[in-house]
Order: sequence, then structure tokens, then C-alpha cells
Amino acid sequence: MDLTQLTIDSARSAIQERKTTALALAEAHYARIQTEDGQIGAYLTLCKERALEQADRIDRTAAEGKPLPPLAGVPVGIKDVMSTRGVRSTAGSKILGNYIPPYDCTAVARMEAAGAVVLGKTNCDEFAMGSSNENSAFQPVRNPRDLSRVPGGSSGGSAAAVAADMAIVALGSDTGGSIRQPASFCGVVGLMPTYGRVSRYGLIAFASSLDHIGPLAKTVKDAAIVLRTIAGRDPMDSTSADLPVPDYVADLEKPVRGLKLGVAEEYFGEGLDDEVRHAVESAIDQMKSLGCVVVPVSLPHTPYAIPTYYLIATAEASSNLARYDGVRYGDRAPGAKTLSEMYRRSRDEGFGAEVKRRIMLGTYALSAGYYDAYYLKAQKVRTLLARDFEEAFQKVDAIITPTSPTAAFRLGEKSNDPLAMYLADIYTVTADLAGISGISIPCGETKEKLPIGLQILGKHFDEVTILRLAHAYEKASQIGS
Amino acid sequence: MKVTEKDVTYVADLANLELSADERTGMVRDLNSILDYIERLDELDTSNVKPMAQVSDRYGLDESKQGSERFAYASREDVPEGLRKSLSRESALANAPDTDGTFFRVPKVIER
Repeated sequence: MDLTQLTIDSARSAIQERKTTALALAEAHYARIQTEDGQIGAYLTLCKERALEQADRIDRTAAEGKPLPPLAGVPVGIKDVMSTRGVRSTAGSKILGNYIPPYDCTAVARMEAAGAVVLGKTNCDEFAMGSSNENSAFQPVRNPRDLSRVPGGSSGGSAAAVAADMAIVALGSDTGGSIRQPASFCGVVGLMPTYGRVSRYGLIAFASSLDHIGPLAKTVKDAAIVLRTIAGRDPMDSTSADLPVPDYVADLEKPVRGLKLGVAEEYFGEGLDDEVRHAVESAIDQMKSLGCVVVPVSLPHTPYAIPTYYLIATAEASSNLARYDGVRYGDRAPGAKTLSEMYRRSRDEGFGAEVKRRIMLGTYALSAGYYDAYYLKAQKVRTLLARDFEEAFQKVDAIITPTSPTAAFRLGEKSNDPLAMYLADIYTVTADLAGISGISIPCGETKEKLPIGLQILGKHFDEVTILRLAHAYEKASQIGS
Repeated sequence: MKVTEKDVTYVADLANLELSADERTGMVRDLNSILDYIERLDELDTSNVKPMAQVSDRYGLDESKQGSERFAYASREDVPEGLRKSLSRESALANAPDTDGTFFRVPKVIER
């Protein structure tokens, strides 16, 4: 049995049946990290002591013959924007290079309570701002499928860790596509749950009206199991919804025959790579052959999503990142004579170029004289974008699109052109703005063997349907290949 | 050009950033390029559209109520200890760059 090739269920059963131990599973993944991660760079910090203690707890439960919790012994990576008590949490930023949180993020605590073994913290773009992972203050992540290419971002480390078998599943965060786009680039499954489905308590904030936590996994079923674990009301996050959590796994096998799938021409226009288009169209045909009914829908405001997103996300970021002042936590520049000089120099030295750019754009959009023209305007267009989906979802059960207009691009290819980088999120940002759910699943490869991602968007709190569709496609495409 | 070097200096000041001369030049270029792209929002007539500040504006809220009552779903009992015990002083100060053991220490704020 190759311990780095297991799914959540096969790992838990193997431990329960005493065919392996949680300790062996953790050690096998650490060994893999040892040999592979030098060239990939997916992990920023490993927490072996914490992992082995948890593995030991699981193994003792198994030895006593007691039933194991759903994620027992499952090695996971946690994106470094999630706080972990006693384990350095940097958000990919120099300014938090030495930050050790005094508490755990709710999603992480729920994973561990369900038996998961946290191996370490995964690399990401600084404060989750980026689409290539090149904005990490520590090191870029390289795509395990092709080391000359980016893994996507901002959850590039989480996607690469899962793709390279350095974790069975990982948690990521999605503000404009940061779970789904790297999942697509690395050939794994990435799920962004509905806004409010998963508590963000302990998530280092980027843009609070857009931030989501969700899983990256090797299979749709594993993503469903993780969602079932982390979803649900948390009194520590007032934006977490007080709605029951359905059993996302129970309905996976339900037939998809008769479900209505929307296809919007706005997601197949200029800029879409031909190979990606072909793969996604083949996937749509596959869904038809499973009995889904394909219905054309219109999302007319789609071309306005990127400008709307980059105003709202940066405005919120400029406010959220005001807390990094070198007083309570984070690095302080030495030698400043006045408080104001200390703030400025600490932020100048602690933040990278993209973070400064976004703080500047957001501050500008909120500043006197520009608020109405930029920030308020963007909030109004956000209403129009949300309405587009509301209208489309009256006709269909889900919407199917490419996740990203291209497969993984090369390191350095877009890093000097912020606008070109922003356009990598063109098919993902609208779902964040509307607060709906979305999943990216692999749907083939380019001629150069780079993974292509298929995105399925769902109604608010209807992850059950998109998981079911994704699972049906995953099964059908595996039989076909 | 929408944004000048003077604007960049002003906005950096608001954001508590200093920025080097090179950074300011780059920022003028990048902000103008991004704002040019953002200008396409002006094509849309939004005069009768309500702004959407957060997603919960569109579900979960009780439209029949006014003010904070509309967001009743997000409220909780007010309990004296809060939802969890406060951090100890020691752990609250543990990440601070400079303390005297009781307070955060910063460069002098008030001149006398």
C-alpha cells in the first residue's frame, strides 16, 4: 500500500483495520515532503510535533478498537492565512514572518477534532493577493506537473501539496478564485463553499465580504467530506450562516439525469485558450450523455466583474491591513523616532509590491472625492452581477464554465503586468462577488500535459448539487480515459 | 492620466506608507493602467441600483424589519465572559515587537 496515494476513507479504514497507523501515514507524507518539496516549495512551516501527537491519539483510539472519526489520521496542509495556535502563521508576508498565533482558526480546529493530522502550513501569495503564488514573501511555489510553471494562486501551496501527494487534502481560501484557479492549474479538486457556509474565525483577513475557506482534494468525495467537517454556524464569526449542514457525501451518488446545466456564452469569449475551450466543451457533452439538460443562460454583466472585484477587494484590503502597524504583532522597523515614522517604515519594509499596490488602489477608491465614482459604483455593479446569477438560477440548477482561460502559465510570464495577472481570475471572481458556491475539477490536459479545470457554479448553499454533478463527471471521465 | 505622483504621495500618506521614489513612479504607472481598465464601469447606468456591501444583503435578512433588526440572524446573546475567555496578558503581549511586560511600548507620542 502506497500511503501517499490514499483518500480520506481509505486512509481511515486502513488505520481502523490496523493495516497501517496514523503515525506511518504522517511519516510517509513527511518523507515525501523531504524528497519533493525542495523543488516545489509548497510548505512554509512544518509542525511535526503537533502532527505526531495527533497521530498518536488516533493510533491509540484504533488500538482500543474504538470507531475512528471521519478524518482520522488524514494528513492535511493548511494555507498559511489560517491561524494555528503555537505554529507560525505568516500569510506569506514578511510582516508576519515571526507571528505565532495564540489561537486556532475554527476550520482548522474542526479538522483536527475530526481526526485530521496537520502536517504544516502551505505557501501562498502574500495575504492571499495573487494568482500565481509568485507574491509569496518567502519563495514561489512551482507547479508539480511542470516546474517551470506556476501552480496558480493564491492557494498555490495547498494545491501543489495535494497534487504532489504531500497531503491527502488541504485547506485554502478563495477571495477571487484562489481555491479554484490553483486547483485547475495543478489538476486537483477545489471547492469554494457559499459565503457564510464556513466560519472564517482565525482566517487572516484580506477582503471580508469576499473571503471563503474551502478544501483542495484529490477527489470530489474528499472535498465533500471536508466541507461536511468545517461547515456550519460558528458564534465566533457573525457572518457564518445559521443553517443546517446537509450530509454532502450522502447525495453524491444520486443520478444527475434531468438536472439543468447553464452554459453562458460570456465565459467562452475572447481570451479563452482553444485547448481549454475544447476540453470544457467535451466535458459539457459528457454531462449531456449523463442525462443533464444543457440550457443557454446569459450573465450579461460578466465583463464588469474584474474591475468591480479589484475595487471592492482592494478597498476592503486597505482597511483590513491597517492593523499591521508594528505595535501588537508583526515586524517593526527599528530606529524610528516617532510613532508615525514607525508605522510607515514597518509597513514599507514588511509589505511586498502587490500588497502595497492593492492598499494604494483601495485607499484611493475610498478617499474623499473618489468614493462615489469608484467604491460605491463597484458596489452597485456588484448588485447587477449578483442579479445575473439569481436570474440564471431560476432556469438552471448549476452553471458550467472553464475555471481559468488558460492552463498554468510560466513563472515570470505575468509578474510585471498586474492587469494581465488580474485577468487570470476572469471566470472565478464573479462567484465570489455574488457569494455563490463553485467547484473546479480536472477535465483533461493540454498537449503539453498541463491540467485543465472545469468549473461548476451553484446556488447559495446548494453545494450538494455541484458536488453531485462534479462527482458524476469525475466518475464518467475516469471510465472514459 | 488620472493619477499623478502628487496623488500617489497623498494616498500613500493616508495609507501609512512611505514608498521609495522608484515605488512611487511604478505606482503612478500601475494605478493608471488599472484605473483605465476600471473605467469601463462607467458604461453601466447604475442610478437606480442599490449598492451591495456584503453577500448577506441578498439572503437571510428580514426585509420587513428596519435597521439592525434586519440582521437579527447575526446577533447572539450578550454574555459577560464573551464567547471565549480573553487572552492572558502574557499571550496577548507575546507577539509584540516591544513591551514593558504590561503594555505595548511605542515611540513617544506626546512631546512636552
